Order: sequence, then C-alpha cells, then structure tokens
Amino acid sequence: MSLIEVHEVSKAYGGIHALDACSITVEKGSITGLIGPNGSGKTTLFNVITGYERVDSGSITFDGKPITNAHPDDVFALGVGRTFQLTRIFPRLTVMENMHVAMQRKGLRALLGRWSSSHEQERARELLNFVGIAHLQDLPAGNLSYGQRKLLEFAFILIADPQVILLDEPAGGINPTLIQQLAGRIKSLNELGLTFLVVEHNMEFVMNLCHKVMVMHRGSRLTEGTPAEVRANPAVLEAYLGE
Amino acid sequence: MSLSKARPALLLVLFLVAALFPLVFSNPAITTVAVFTLIYAASGVAWNIFSGYTGYIALGHAAFFGTGCYVIALMCEHWNTPAGYEPFLFVPVAGLVAAVLAIPVGAIALRTRRHTFVVITIAIFFIFQLMAFNLSGITNGSSGMSLPLLLWSGDFFNIPFYYASFILLLLALGAAWWIRNSKYGLTLLAIRDDEDRARGLGVKTAMMKLSAFVLSAFFVGMAGAIWAYFMQNFFPQFAFDPLFDVSVALMCFMGGLGTLSGPIIGALIVIPAQQYLEIQIGDSPLYLVLYGVLFLAVILLLPQGIVPSLSRWWATRKSRHLEAAAESSEGTPGAQQTVVAESR
Repeated sequence: MSLIEVHEVSKAYGGIHALDACSITVEKGSITGLIGPNGSGKTTLFNVITGYERVDSGSITFDGKPITNAHPDDVFALGVGRTFQLTRIFPRLTVMENMHVAMQRKGLRALLGRWSSSHEQERARELLNFVGIAHLQDLPAGNLSYGQRKLLEFAFILIADPQVILLDEPAGGINPTLIQQLAGRIKSLNELGLTFLVVEHNMEFVMNLCHKVMVMHRGSRLTEGTPAEVRANPAVLEAYLGE
Repeated sequence: MSLSKARPALLLVLFLVAALFPLVFSNPAITTVAVFTLIYAASGVAWNIFSGYTGYIALGHAAFFGTGCYVIALMCEHWNTPAGYEPFLFVPVAGLVAAVLAIPVGAIALRTRRHTFVVITIAIFFIFQLMAFNLSGITNGSSGMSLPLLLWSGDFFNIPFYYASFILLLLALGAAWWIRNSKYGLTLLAIRDDEDRARGLGVKTAMMKLSAFVLSAFFVGMAGAIWAYFMQNFFPQFAFDPLFDVSVALMCFMGGLGTLSGPIIGALIVIPAQQYLEIQIGDSPLYLVLYGVLFLAVILLLPQGIVPSLSRWWATRKSRHLEAAAESSEGTPGAQQTVVAESR
C-alpha cells in the first residue's frame, strides 16, 4: 500500500524545471532511496511534499489524504517528518528544549503550561538515549558537532511519532562510525513500522539500507528498482556521468 | 555561594527597594525620573516579549504607546471624568484598544521577516502618527489633547503615577516570566532560532508571532495611557514619538535581548541618563547624538547585552573555581550549562 503518492508534479524556478511531471510512490513500511545527480530535483521534491514549496501543477497525497500545497505545520501534524540537507536545529535552545519544540500541544491552557512536563520530559530523554546524545541534554544545541546535530534533528522528528520520515542526506559530513549507527537506528525503526524516504549520495549507505531505490534525473523519475537492479541499469550511469 | 539559592531573597530586596523608593527619596525631581524609568521599563519588558523572544525587531510600538495616550484622553473627555484616581481605570481599556489595533497591524507586518519587517513596522507607525495629526475631528490635530487637570501638591503628584507604573511593570514582568517558562514561550524562542524548522515541526508560527505581538502592544498601550495622564497634555508628535522605539530598543539591546531583567537594567541606565542630559543641555536634540554613540558602543562592546555577558562571566568564574577544586573534572560542559541556566 502506498503511503506517499506524488502524481505528475511540476515546479519551475524561472526557466529551470526543478520538477518536471515527476511521479513517485513510497510504499508503507519501506525504506525508499532517492538518488540522482546534483540538481536533479531531489530536495525540491522533499520541499513540495512537506509544504515548503508550492507546486505549479500535479498532486500529492499522504495516506490517501490530499496534501498538495498544504502548510508545513499541517503536513507534519499528519505524520510526515523531515530533516534538512544542512541540518537545522535551534542553536540557542538547549538540546532538551529542542526536543520539546517538536512536542506540540493543543489548546491555550496546555500552551501556557510549563514546557517541561514530566511525561514529555521522559519521552524526550528516551529518544535522546536512543540516538545516544542524552548526556548533552543541557547544552545549547549550537555547541554540538555536526554529527550530533544530525542525531538531534533525527531525535526531535521522532518525538511526534510520524508515520514517514524524509531524510535529506543523513550521512553527509559525518564520520563512518556514526553513519553505521544511523543506519542501524533507521533499520530498527523501520522494523517497528516506520517508513523512510532517503536522499543520499553515499551509495554504500543507500544500497545497504534501502528496499527500493528511485533515480531522479532532470526533475523526473528515471527509473526505480531494487538496489541491485538500479546498479545494473546503464541509464543510471549515463545520468550521473553524462553521455 | 549559589546564585539560584540567593535569588528569591535578592528579588524580595529589589521589590522592597522599588516599592519604598518614592517614600524615601521624596524629592519630586527624583521621583519624576523614576516614573519615566518605570513607564519605559514596563514598555521594554513588554516589547521584549515579542521582539526579544521571537527575534523580530519591531520599531513601531510607539503606535501603540500613542494609541494608549489618545484612548485615555478621549475617554476622559467624553465622560467628563473628574481629575483624581478615576482616569487610571481607563488604563486597561487603553491597553485593550491598542491590542485590538495590533491585530491587523501585526497580521500585515508579520507577513515579512527581518529587515523588511523592521521597515514595515516603522512605516505603520508613521501612518498612525499622520492619522493623529490629520483626523483633527477626533484627535484635535496638531494642538494635541489634555487630560483632567490634577491639583495634587508637588510633593504628592508623582506618587500615584509611580505606583501605577510600578504595578504595570510587575504585570508585564509576570507575563514575560510566565511565557518564558511555558510551551508557548519555548515556541517563540524556536521561531527566533529557525522559523522554518519550527513550522516543519508542527508549530503554528503565524498565530504564535501574532499573539506575542498583540500582547506586547497591550502592555505598551497601558504604558502610553499612564504617561499621557502623567504629562497632563500632549502633542501628537510626542504621543507617537519615533524616539520611543529607539529608546526601548536601545534599553533591551543594552540589557540583553530576550532576557527577563535586561530591559529593566537597560531602562535604569538609559532613561535617567536621558532625563539628566535633557536637564543639562536643555531641549536641544544633542542627546540624540549620544543615543547614537551609546547604541554603537553597545553593539560593538556588548553585543549580547549586559545580563548575558555578566552571567557568562559569572559562569566561567564559577567553572574555574570548580576546576580548581576538582582538577580532574571536565569543567567546560558544566560552564556552558550554567550560561543557559543563568541568562534568564
């Protein structure tokens, strides 16, 4: 069953067609890889799915519900979390405060209550433990290393129990040990039923992790298949290296 | 000695000093400066709830200060309110009217960010000022407005205004403190750090920003109303005074943007200095030049403001003590922790 369905979506910036009638589906419970040369529209695709950019045409559904041009906060509330290519956290808040931002409350009274309520605090600590940065919880997040920031961003996405997480280059700029750890975390979360869509340039990471890989080229999907199939496809090599 | 343990006692002492101040220093020249300082401190604390927490620097809050002035003056005129304590009852109404006007103003201005937002707030302020000059049927135009003439003796005159503005300051401070510890406040700080990331975590940023803007306008409107009654009469260019925003922003930057005590410390320095200079060099706008110099000095020497700089200094000192005590300890994370804890 497909969880995210992108149907014929186009998005142009001036004369540049970042997305050109692009259609993809992400199956529920899968880890789907999204690869392609620079400028092939991977991040733009993430942006239109999560509501950061408006589409020119086409439609997007999540779990059967239309989310075309919805606002980022609504898309997140439905259960679509994302990380950014250049990790984005709240640098002047502590690690713990960062975690609490993602834990939304409804209603005025709840909003005006203290942010550090006990059950939320426990959940936040649990997830910080899960990614392995619980010992840093009182530090300003701006003091963390790049890799630790990635882990923090990953942790605070998880706090709202999303159904699917879009990861934009999760392995970029972090050391091999951490990459291994991250892959392990993604796999164990996937076993619990969480769906992932991963943009990544580290081919080893993608090939080891993903059930299915989609290749983007010039704003649309070139091909898709298992990692082995994609690797064997001559069109993919051509897209990367040119003709 | 731990600062956090001594804090309640310290706050109580400060409260008593402030509460008893006009009874000890009863010289009207001094209490006048004190009243101005309190009005500005309350405005600064309120401005800081929006600009300090969200990082959106608004330079048009004088529009709400001026609104407060006109609302109290018009109400007194309309109901022929006798001079005395009654006009103080209109102060919350003045705040409410300012807050209601802040809803469309904020809704428009907050569609923009950063520098554009600053410029838009200034522009909206000037629209308010122009309206005060030109809607002479309501506002009396350039001849300004008067409030009920108080016949209190010179020794007593300042006392009610001192306590009215002191209560306003405490209310604004209470709101700022409450918000700082709430989920709502955490959300505002997240908007300051990275608004788009916050949206991607389900934060209704537009509503959060607007509500903080309106709340700060509410307190600033009340400050304007107290100021107007204190002045007894005012001209539109002083009710809607661009210098109000310069002073408030300077106070908050100097004390520490987004901190609780920063705006008060800033007001304690800026406003008495301004009053002193006005007396010394007369009404000449020379003190504006000094404002400029002060602003530059703050940005260059204390970009974080007094409160965060002091607490950082305190934290490093403390961590050095700790390191000396236990040489093997890994002191630095602890030091950074205290920075976070103390700079509130």
